[in-house]
Amino acid sequence: MFLARLANPSRFMAFTARVLPWLAIVTALLLALGLYQSWTAPDDYQQGATVKIMFIHVPNAWLSMFVWMVMSASALGTLVWKHPLADVAAKAAAPIGAAFTFLALATGSLWGRPMWGTYWQWDARLTSMLILFLMYLSLIALWRAVEDPTRAARAAAVLTLVGAINIPIIKFSVDWWNTLHQGESVFRMGGPTLDRAFLIPLFTMAMAFTLLFITLHLAAMRNEILRRRIRTLQMMQADGRAL
Amino acid sequence: MSALIALIQRDLRISWRLGGGGLLGVLFFLSVVVLMPFALGPDVPLLKRIGPAVLWLGAMLASLLTLDRLFTADQDDGSLDLLLMSPVPLELSCLAKGAAHWLATGLPLIVATPLLGVLLNLEPGTSMSVALTLLAGTPALTFTGMIGAALAVTMRRGGLLLAVLVLPLSIPVLIFGVAASNAAITEQGRFGAPFSILCALTLAGFIIGPLAAAASLRQGLD
Amino acid sequence: MSVLGPYAVFIGTSYALVVLVVAGLIAAIVLDYRRQQAELRRLEASGVTRRSGKSPEQT
Repeated sequence: MFLARLANPSRFMAFTARVLPWLAIVTALLLALGLYQSWTAPDDYQQGATVKIMFIHVPNAWLSMFVWMVMSASALGTLVWKHPLADVAAKAAAPIGAAFTFLALATGSLWGRPMWGTYWQWDARLTSMLILFLMYLSLIALWRAVEDPTRAARAAAVLTLVGAINIPIIKFSVDWWNTLHQGESVFRMGGPTLDRAFLIPLFTMAMAFTLLFITLHLAAMRNEILRRRIRTLQMMQADGRAL
Repeated sequence: MSALIALIQRDLRISWRLGGGGLLGVLFFLSVVVLMPFALGPDVPLLKRIGPAVLWLGAMLASLLTLDRLFTADQDDGSLDLLLMSPVPLELSCLAKGAAHWLATGLPLIVATPLLGVLLNLEPGTSMSVALTLLAGTPALTFTGMIGAALAVTMRRGGLLLAVLVLPLSIPVLIFGVAASNAAITEQGRFGAPFSILCALTLAGFIIGPLAAAASLRQGLD
Repeated sequence: MSVLGPYAVFIGTSYALVVLVVAGLIAAIVLDYRRQQAELRRLEASGVTRRSGKSPEQT
């Protein structure tokens, strides 16, 4: 199994060293294409040019939830299968997910001002996204609070899995409650209701941001592995001997 | 003087590191402010009216939470004893530690205030005036809080005791801070009086805080 | 830019914010990588070695 073969940190480092440059290039190309498509997209009948904010708001929102699911899978890897790189994956993903959540909130707020007349509203979708942002930050705080990486990993894994309940709440909040935020227009039964002229830039940007996440995630995992090696070496040095 | 600067730099570096107080304080501030609309209901006019008070309360509680760290970490690893024995007067060391604490925890709170103001549907002018009063008032919170922290460090499980000691001392700061913020929104003329008193409280805190904290530390750790 | 309509400021700020944050993320990760490499080189130079005898920079 691919994941099982990558469990060896050294083999993982070799893999990322080979793969990262290509990932970075493809990500950059897709981002450029997405930006171009967003620029040339037509204006919406009602919203005018502000619909262009959708092309960066929605991918960030999707990814903020996707990253939490990735961390949840890693959490299971830590607690259930004891995969050696699971906690590295979880720790590296948290700040990236937090950044995407922040961008979703900020771009959404900037989109809300022209669309609804307010920067912020305490409706179900916005509130649950804000809670997601708080959960990301508290997860990062937990990672930094415990010195020993393995203990931190277990605590963080539990918190991640508990927090995963928020994801379906976010997704379905616009259906379950009467909210200011618009309802689902892409991932719904019966297919998307968005016009193709808007769907294409949206999907390009979504792919671009997903690849961006994968690239950044692998790079951050590499940094974390190096950080642990340094920690081990420093402890050995403090012990006064080299093996 | 360079010893004091070194002390400030050391405290700042520690606070940014593992389990550091600075960003944790902002996170707590954010959490408290987010809790308010849940408790009060998403009533926008209400939130706008009590916005400055909510922000001040959040900042005060966040500041209180991180005060615990001021002396206990040093006591745990023995550096507090070193500070007591050093040729630098203990009062100046306390002043330096207070300055570092404010830089690491108070300043981020002030920076976060305009962003949190958006969540409470406050006007940008209101958020900025609250931030200004926090700028004048949070040093007072740090330095009066230092007194409680110094008293509590000598006792085990001093955390809650610290809060109980510090809250009454911080009430004047809270009163004048909120009064100044509200005055800035409603009547321009009335801003000066509470704001000057706020600054006076901070300046007094610069003097009284380190003096009282040093006295408590000496008395408690002998 | 009137081609973006009356709310151009909001559109521009949104995109600028995304660029800023993404650039910041990339910078943070790259800088962290360089710092780790430098620290590893320093440790290696002072004689500490890994159990496998390989250099820590080698994969």
